[in-house]
Amino acid sequence: MQTKRITFKAKGLPYLLVAPQLAVTLVFFIWPASQALYQSVLQQDAFGLRTEFVGLANFENLFADPLYLASFKVTMVFSFGTTFLSMGVALMLAVMADRVIKGATGYKTFLIWPYAVAPAVAGVLWWFMFNPTIGVAAYAIRQMGYDWNHTIDGNDALILIIIAAAWKQISYNFLFFLAGLQSIPRSLIEAAAIDGASPFKRFWTIVFPLLSPTSFFLLVVNMVYAFFDTFSVVHATTAGGPGQSTSILVYKVWRDAFESLDLGGSAAQSVILMLIVIALTVIQFRYIERKVEY
Amino acid sequence: MATILLDQVRKVYAGNVEAVKGVSIDIADGEFIVLVGPSGCGKSTLLRMIAGLEEISGGEIHIGDRVVNNVEPADRDIAMVFQNYALYPHMSVYDNLAYGLRNRGVAKGEIDSRVKEAARILEIGTFLDRKPRQLSGGQRQRVAMGRAIVRQPAAFLFDEPLSNLDAKLRVQMRIEIKRLQKALGTTSVYVTHDQLEAMTLANRLVVLNHGRIEQIGTPLDVYEAPATTFVAGFIGSPAMNLIPVKAKEGGLALETGEGLLAPNGHGVAQAILGVRPEDLVLATDGVAAPGGLSLEMTVIAVEPVGAESYVHGTVEGLKDDIVMRAGPKTDYAPGSRLKLTAVPEKLHIFDAQTGARLNA
Repeated sequence: MQTKRITFKAKGLPYLLVAPQLAVTLVFFIWPASQALYQSVLQQDAFGLRTEFVGLANFENLFADPLYLASFKVTMVFSFGTTFLSMGVALMLAVMADRVIKGATGYKTFLIWPYAVAPAVAGVLWWFMFNPTIGVAAYAIRQMGYDWNHTIDGNDALILIIIAAAWKQISYNFLFFLAGLQSIPRSLIEAAAIDGASPFKRFWTIVFPLLSPTSFFLLVVNMVYAFFDTFSVVHATTAGGPGQSTSILVYKVWRDAFESLDLGGSAAQSVILMLIVIALTVIQFRYIERKVEY
Repeated sequence: MATILLDQVRKVYAGNVEAVKGVSIDIADGEFIVLVGPSGCGKSTLLRMIAGLEEISGGEIHIGDRVVNNVEPADRDIAMVFQNYALYPHMSVYDNLAYGLRNRGVAKGEIDSRVKEAARILEIGTFLDRKPRQLSGGQRQRVAMGRAIVRQPAAFLFDEPLSNLDAKLRVQMRIEIKRLQKALGTTSVYVTHDQLEAMTLANRLVVLNHGRIEQIGTPLDVYEAPATTFVAGFIGSPAMNLIPVKAKEGGLALETGEGLLAPNGHGVAQAILGVRPEDLVLATDGVAAPGGLSLEMTVIAVEPVGAESYVHGTVEGLKDDIVMRAGPKTDYAPGSRLKLTAVPEKLHIFDAQTGARLNA
């Protein structure tokens, strides 16, 4: 497409126009990021009196630290668990909502609501429901013969934060899946029905492959969410415990910096997180922005 | 191969909207039936009911010797070609053709030979590996047809399959569909709003309007003896001239009482007189054909379309314009007055109230 180029005479105007954006980026993104990079090669004494350059020692310590490696593992389980749980439930809900004819708007509104709940509040909500002493859900699980106690059992705690974090994200995924489903022409489904495919087969051979661009996009978005946006959910629900069993990377950054006061080590962790974000962004740009071809 | 029988088929949508109002059609084995009508006449709904994509509110549909009202689309042994082709975008052409066979558990070798055979017939063999988006409109259309014929179904259903193609390709595909249907001998139901497509493809036409059948007949029957004023106006281009008339001593005259147009052979008080543009001729020496129509027209414009021209004009006391077909290079100055006539055999008389045809 040819667009007409409009040229302004004033040389300074373009710079003036991008200045606010540049200023925001510099102050809120570039500067903190460079600070983290700088901090990650420094070590401070316990009282903050002396700081010395230590090179990559912080990183070496990190990768020699079994707690950090355990946190990596927990984060992996947590983010994959959250992503698949929230996407799976959202897809199921979207498929059902796509079929609803009466009261579709009301139904969809209810499904989108959780997204408006603050993560911390969501965390507290789930914490209450699964509270081993007073929780409704915990009571129900115990009735089924399982002794639920996320304050003692690390696996229970991990399941709890996965549920709490996934619940928040279901609405978002639901919206995208629903839009994706509605953009599939009805005649394709009808053609498949005439071609003798059962509803189940139609879903797996026609609908699901056609949703793959949406699914791939959501996969990245959800991974990013689980990796970086779940601090408040963890903080409000399990606070990383019991022990270190739910201490995901982003939570550990905060805890190591502000509770253990290991600024250098914490900065090194942020740098690693930054690298993960960059990797995920590259994946997103390479494969998603270029539109997944099917 | 099968007959299709529609018996008083009705479709009522929520809110009591009746889209199809008791339609009965008896389709013979191997016949090519075209459902034609303006948009909203219920022709697509009817086709979708035959396919099983739309529930039947009343009446019965038989395919072959069974009632299929409650039979799933997959089990009706029909294949459908959609307006937007509905090709599976993530599958290759080969897989698009093979999908229906695989779902039915046809053996691999059999699938392969059937797909290759269909590809050969439709000349799409060279792009079996491509995805639909790599094909042109005409090629996609062929793939959609291929998907229907590999299944070797009892009937083909076509839902305006040519309306997304450009004019030239449409004519080409039209001929191809006709040839293919003749060669395969498969019973076909074809929906279109294009009366030219309908005329050229059909063994029999079904003209629908407001969910009701206006007329069923061979294209020529429908053209030469339209059953109602609706059919008269819908089939044929330019449309038939329809002139409201009333009885006067000695024959039928314009509603204003002016002019004597034609003899009143049916003894009606009021009627609608129809005459096709090509049946209007200049009266030699100003004398009308004996017992025929006599009109005096003032020319508004002449439309040359190459092989022929259409002369548009007004008749005093008549609201609508009159169109006459004339030879190529006809040239009348606007305002010139022409005496027109038509032989009595070419006149159509319709009831003024119901619009039903009165002459045989």
